[in-house]
Amino acid sequence: MTEATLSPAVGAAPTAWSSERMQARIRRRYRQERNFRLMGLGALLLAIGFLVFLMATTIATGWTSFVETRVQVPVTFDADRLGVTADAVKADPTLLRRANFQGVLSDSVERTFGDEAELVSDGAWLDLRKAVEEDPSLIGQTVPMWVIATSNLDQLAKGRIDLDSAEGDRPVSDAEVAAWRKLVAGDNLKTGLNRTFLTGADSVDPELAGIWGALKGSFLTLIVTLLISFPVGVLAAIYLEEFAPKNRWTDIIEVSINNLAAVPSIIFGLLGLAVFLNTLNMPRSAPIVGGLTLALMTLPVIVIASRAAIKAVPPSIRDAALGIGASPVQVVTHHVLPLALPGMLTGTILGMARALGETAPLLMIGMRAFLTSVPQGLTQPATALPVQIFIWSDNVSRGFVEKTSGAIIVLLIFLLSINSVAIYLRNRFEVRW
Amino acid sequence: MNGMTVTATAAEAAGTSTLKMTARDVRVFYGDFEAIKGVSIDVTKEDVTAFIGPSGCGKSTFLRCLNRMNDTVAGASVKGSIQLDGQDIYSPDMDVVQLRARVGMVFQKPNPFPKSIYENVAYGPRIHGLARSKSDMDGVVEKSLRRAGLWDEVKDRLADSGTALSGGQQQRLCIARAIAVDPEVILMDEPASALDPIATAKIEELIDDLRGKYAIVIVTHNMQQAARVSQKTAFFHLGTLVEYGDTREIFTNPRETRTKDYITGRYG
Repeated sequence: MTEATLSPAVGAAPTAWSSERMQARIRRRYRQERNFRLMGLGALLLAIGFLVFLMATTIATGWTSFVETRVQVPVTFDADRLGVTADAVKADPTLLRRANFQGVLSDSVERTFGDEAELVSDGAWLDLRKAVEEDPSLIGQTVPMWVIATSNLDQLAKGRIDLDSAEGDRPVSDAEVAAWRKLVAGDNLKTGLNRTFLTGADSVDPELAGIWGALKGSFLTLIVTLLISFPVGVLAAIYLEEFAPKNRWTDIIEVSINNLAAVPSIIFGLLGLAVFLNTLNMPRSAPIVGGLTLALMTLPVIVIASRAAIKAVPPSIRDAALGIGASPVQVVTHHVLPLALPGMLTGTILGMARALGETAPLLMIGMRAFLTSVPQGLTQPATALPVQIFIWSDNVSRGFVEKTSGAIIVLLIFLLSINSVAIYLRNRFEVRW
Repeated sequence: MNGMTVTATAAEAAGTSTLKMTARDVRVFYGDFEAIKGVSIDVTKEDVTAFIGPSGCGKSTFLRCLNRMNDTVAGASVKGSIQLDGQDIYSPDMDVVQLRARVGMVFQKPNPFPKSIYENVAYGPRIHGLARSKSDMDGVVEKSLRRAGLWDEVKDRLADSGTALSGGQQQRLCIARAIAVDPEVILMDEPASALDPIATAKIEELIDDLRGKYAIVIVTHNMQQAARVSQKTAFFHLGTLVEYGDTREIFTNPRETRTKDYITGRYG
């Protein structure tokens, strides 16, 4: 009876912690815990699996785009066929611009290997011109030169062509295969680092296409985006957090910013098209317009991240500074901003990474043009890495498959290096309490 | 007992004291809520004035009116008049930044800047242009840390972070930081409530040392503390000033029953 009065809620009998029912409860609890952990682990492994699969297929397909195939051709620099003499070139090197290197190269190739199959790239003669520019005395001589092979030969050399399939089912003709076998047997084929891919711009021929033009276009675009969106975003965030009155209008602004951050990027592209191109008549396809458009898209992200970073600064620091007579601007510049900067930088980098991978808005403002030259300035036509990937992935030519993956690798490396810089900066500025 | 204005005549009665700050019929509103309902009080130059009262009685709110820290609270408005040396601190002519340099503040939780000890103290003089040279500044920093009783403990590690100090040391650093701008009044909002008894004793000792150099107003929950450190005590309850007078009087012979009930622990 005394037990009942001591613990009326539990009841008369003491709780049987070791009963069969309790043991079953414990077993069930352990089972639930284990299942939950296993599900979490499973989700993690699935995510890692997708990532590894993505990286593996991209690298397996793309690494060969950093390698090129060259054919050794004994080139006869015949002065008549070229149309210029060595002495004339020494006097006026610009004459080489009109010299017939194409003819010289095709003559040399046909003389050595016959004309059953096309062996050298349409752009291979450029190497010949470069050699003569460096040494005009080559005119009149016959020298062995390694020139860029055709994309088909390149694909054969990289083992990307299924030779067992019927001739009609593969992009390479039997004649080309025979010529390739002969070249390999004669030791006239070699592979090496593909400088063209790393330094050139787009081309209709996969073996001549380069990523540098798109990389530089992306770089210029991002510079504009950063220069516009970081200061504007941070200032807007500081004003909203530290100075603006808290009323219905600032609530509306806050909701609008949050919504803007979720607006599909192609709509920002349309906005950029309407404002920067149609109204302000800025140059089409230029990095400055791309950068401005992406800045519009990135701004809300930076404002939101910066506001969160400012909110995370303890109010006691503001009180401390105000309490000894710091003005509101001094409170912000001396205390709040330095403490919020790491968070602001993190948000900015996330925004920039998104801007780097953005394709749709750039398509809208014409940054998908086919450009064979590397952009030299902010107002010159340019393209960007993701747009280049989009364009190449659309190309039917077999050689562009590896170029697409190669461009993805370059984009990912670019992204990783930006993020590394961000992590470094964040750790550098982080204040430890 | 309807919480009507108590006219503060303690200063006049004491005779020797000089007025530093005077508040007349101060009302503070947070939106529609009236947090302070007509408080009139005098702060004297030579004394430590303690504000006591139960939680939510408005003593901290009133303290923050004295250097206009309530300006930063959205929706807060202050009516009535508060004067510093005869000048209305809420008048448009008053520069808030200068006011806060003249009326310094120490907060409940020690809040040193995440900078070096030296920078913590030097910050105020720097933004107000009080030191002309590096050696000048060194002097100000040393003097302030000495007055705050912290110099001997930190003189060899001035470059260390202020946040690396113990809680009590941090609070004395905050007092040194307030002293460094050479204020006339120092407001302390429960300065020892986050500290252990030994650190608290040091802060109380320090307050006693600073008495006379600065007019000091301290808000405290701890009635023994108020009795130990203050010469004047004001008892707040539900936004009104119930009683204000010499500390000894208040604690030994309170005029109001509410005061008596509070200091004998009947509520609070």
